Amino acid sequence: MKALLSGNEAVARGAWEGGVKVATAYPGTPSTEILEEIAKYKKDIYCEWSTNEKVALEVALGASYAGVRALTAMKHVGLNVAADPLFSASYIGATGGLVIVSCDDPGMHSSQNEQDNRHYARSAKIPLLEPSDSQEAKDFAILGFEISEEFDTPVLLRLTTRISHSKSIVELNVRRDIPIKGYKKDFSKRVLLPAVARERHVFVEERLRRLKEFAENFPFNRIEEGKSEIGVIASGVAYQYAKEVFPDAWFLKLSFSYPLPENLIKKFASLVKKIYIVEENDPFLETEIRAMGIKVIGKEKIPQIGELNPTILRRSLGFEKKKKIYDLPHIPKRPPALCPGCPHTPVYYALSRLKVIVTGDIGCYTLGALPPLNTTDSCAEMGASISNALGLEKALHGMEHPKVVAVIGDSTFLHSGITPLIDMVYNKGTSTVIILDNSTTAMTGHQDHPGTGRTLMGEETTKISLERLCKAIGIKHTYVIDPYDVKQTKEIINREIHRPEPSVIITNRPCVLLFRGKKWTPAIINQELCTGCKLCLKLGCPAISLRGDKLFIDEFLCSGCEVCIEMCPLKAIKLKDPQGETVKNPKS
Amino acid sequence: MQTESIIICGVGGQGILLASDILAEVCLEAGYDVKKSEVHGMSQRGGDVISTVRYGKKVYSPIIGENSADIILALEKLEALRNISYLKDSGKIIVNDYRWDPLPVASGLDSYPENVIEVLKSNVKNVYVVNGAELAEKAGSLRTMNVVLLGTLSLFLDFPKEIWIKVIEKKIPSKYLEINLEAFEKGRDIKI
Ligand SMILES: Cc1ncc(C[n+]2csc(CCOP(=O)(O)OP(=O)(O)O)c2C)c(N)n1
Repeated sequence: MKALLSGNEAVARGAWEGGVKVATAYPGTPSTEILEEIAKYKKDIYCEWSTNEKVALEVALGASYAGVRALTAMKHVGLNVAADPLFSASYIGATGGLVIVSCDDPGMHSSQNEQDNRHYARSAKIPLLEPSDSQEAKDFAILGFEISEEFDTPVLLRLTTRISHSKSIVELNVRRDIPIKGYKKDFSKRVLLPAVARERHVFVEERLRRLKEFAENFPFNRIEEGKSEIGVIASGVAYQYAKEVFPDAWFLKLSFSYPLPENLIKKFASLVKKIYIVEENDPFLETEIRAMGIKVIGKEKIPQIGELNPTILRRSLGFEKKKKIYDLPHIPKRPPALCPGCPHTPVYYALSRLKVIVTGDIGCYTLGALPPLNTTDSCAEMGASISNALGLEKALHGMEHPKVVAVIGDSTFLHSGITPLIDMVYNKGTSTVIILDNSTTAMTGHQDHPGTGRTLMGEETTKISLERLCKAIGIKHTYVIDPYDVKQTKEIINREIHRPEPSVIITNRPCVLLFRGKKWTPAIINQELCTGCKLCLKLGCPAISLRGDKLFIDEFLCSGCEVCIEMCPLKAIKLKDPQGETVKNPKS
Repeated sequence: MQTESIIICGVGGQGILLASDILAEVCLEAGYDVKKSEVHGMSQRGGDVISTVRYGKKVYSPIIGENSADIILALEKLEALRNISYLKDSGKIIVNDYRWDPLPVASGLDSYPENVIEVLKSNVKNVYVVNGAELAEKAGSLRTMNVVLLGTLSLFLDFPKEIWIKVIEKKIPSKYLEINLEAFEKGRDIKI
């Protein structure tokens, strides 16, 4: 049977068909749907949202110890968090097949950097598979388990946004019955004491030699005959772009792209006169192939920054010169924004009224950095808000400076905010930490986490109390507040920033999008009373707009959070139905 | 046949991904190779969204660059303007005459261009204008605007109507099916 699947759906299908027993992930665009899809097979596969990517990889590795097939998936930066177990897993190897899926994001559609995770395969000395469409994504997931077991190694399956989020046709099969090897203690393989690790390093280098031989005959590393004297070497989605740009060329399509099949590449080079290497982001193949002494054209022409597409490729190579000129007016940008009724908005509004340094973090709330709120001084990576705040505070000690406030989401706090908070307590920091607890991982599409009381498999579980957690690690001043009460929010923040001790303020309103399909009573503006002072616009609420010199609320978008009602100095804003159901007053 | 490339664009929340899912599934049902691509993530928060569907005998790239689209279907008119450079010289724009202010415009920090439809027409030969909001309301809900536009798009593509209906029936929950089928018909009633 054929189906139209995204690359992520195809990996999930491959995991199921390939007999996976355990699958783990922490969400992150563009990887999130892999585990969401695997959860549909929860009858056959144990799956979980792990606290973070390091934990996810370690859980999968533990499952591999037991001789079952395991998969873990993450976005590219997630593999940085999981890098420590990645390098150990390389030495330990795999008993049950272990596939690590990394979804890279060329073009940074929703990421803080554009790192090319193929380098991880090289530095951890493990095989790398790069599918170029959904069919290959499924096939390579299955092949990944086989290679992993045959060579006693974790396998890196690397997708990119255009593989993860593009749909193409896939042939579906049934689930294979993979016999479970069972757990056997193996000291000399899994206890990485220096003496053991030294032996394992010898094994790893030898394994790499054998993998290189394997790559020479891997059927998906293939030469495609052409009609010209030009040869193209490509992998991943870049192969598809190149096929359109070079219809007559010879192709060496690399799917097993680390370690590289040197003999096959040399053979290919002897068949053509001129070689182009087409790959997105870093010159990964190019560097290796140049080191083989082969002359190629690559990143001196083809952009290293951003995504490729056929037009960009043609233009960078000088095959297409024309660029059409249009006569267009100024086109305003359409940046993403916090939703109407978002409980993050009033906190950022309150912060914007105080003179503070705000170290931010990653999640929907990062949008508080944009106009009109403009209330974030930094956003580095997950968990950095709290440790960055401590560093700033320590560096500025003894100088006149604004107080420092760290703002972090609930999912992010559990992912990597706890250890920095302990650091702050331990090292006598005094900054204020605000945890925006909206009971979900909103940014990536509303996944559960340890603070929501539900698992990926849909079961009820212990709900971690952020308040009690903070108290337990020694935060003496912990407050749970209603963010929709702007006045109180501002007062408490203002009080806590002056305290010579760390404080944690936790908000308690769920994400508005968790009430999907609800019809709320909107707020309306009395046009007679409105003087057009525009104070309400400072919230950046997408439901409020300026028309002429008056303000209007879009009833279709408003969810009745009442924050603007509270702010309006003229009392011109009211709920349309004072008794109606609003996000601030949800009934049932 | 040559690969056909269609871009569907608009604002997050307008149902662009559903529309492109329906189109891609229609291509599959009609026996073509097909690929479709879009970016999830930040776009859900009221940002601009663009989805690409390509079909033909054999499709390689799931996306296209500038100067490559046969048709741009814009669910919001500013988005037609934003994506105009994707269009081939011979390409067509089907535009919903519907305005959705970006936040910087709504908050008075930026302005929405005047006469967007005229600007489109002065830059591109084949522009087809649909009053999607009015037709969707007539069909029963403003939310069916995406399917109204698909109805109009279907007039330009060579797929039998039965396939469209079959896929819409498969993709849309039965509760909303009737108004969506009505919306599809309303979109097809347009004179082109
Ligand atoms: C290491 C790493 N993993 C995953 C992500 C993707 N990601 C960005 S923010 C975020 C979590 C957001 O949840 P939360 O902190 O609860 O904030 P919310 O979006 O709900 O406001 C995730 C998973 C990332 N950027 N970095």
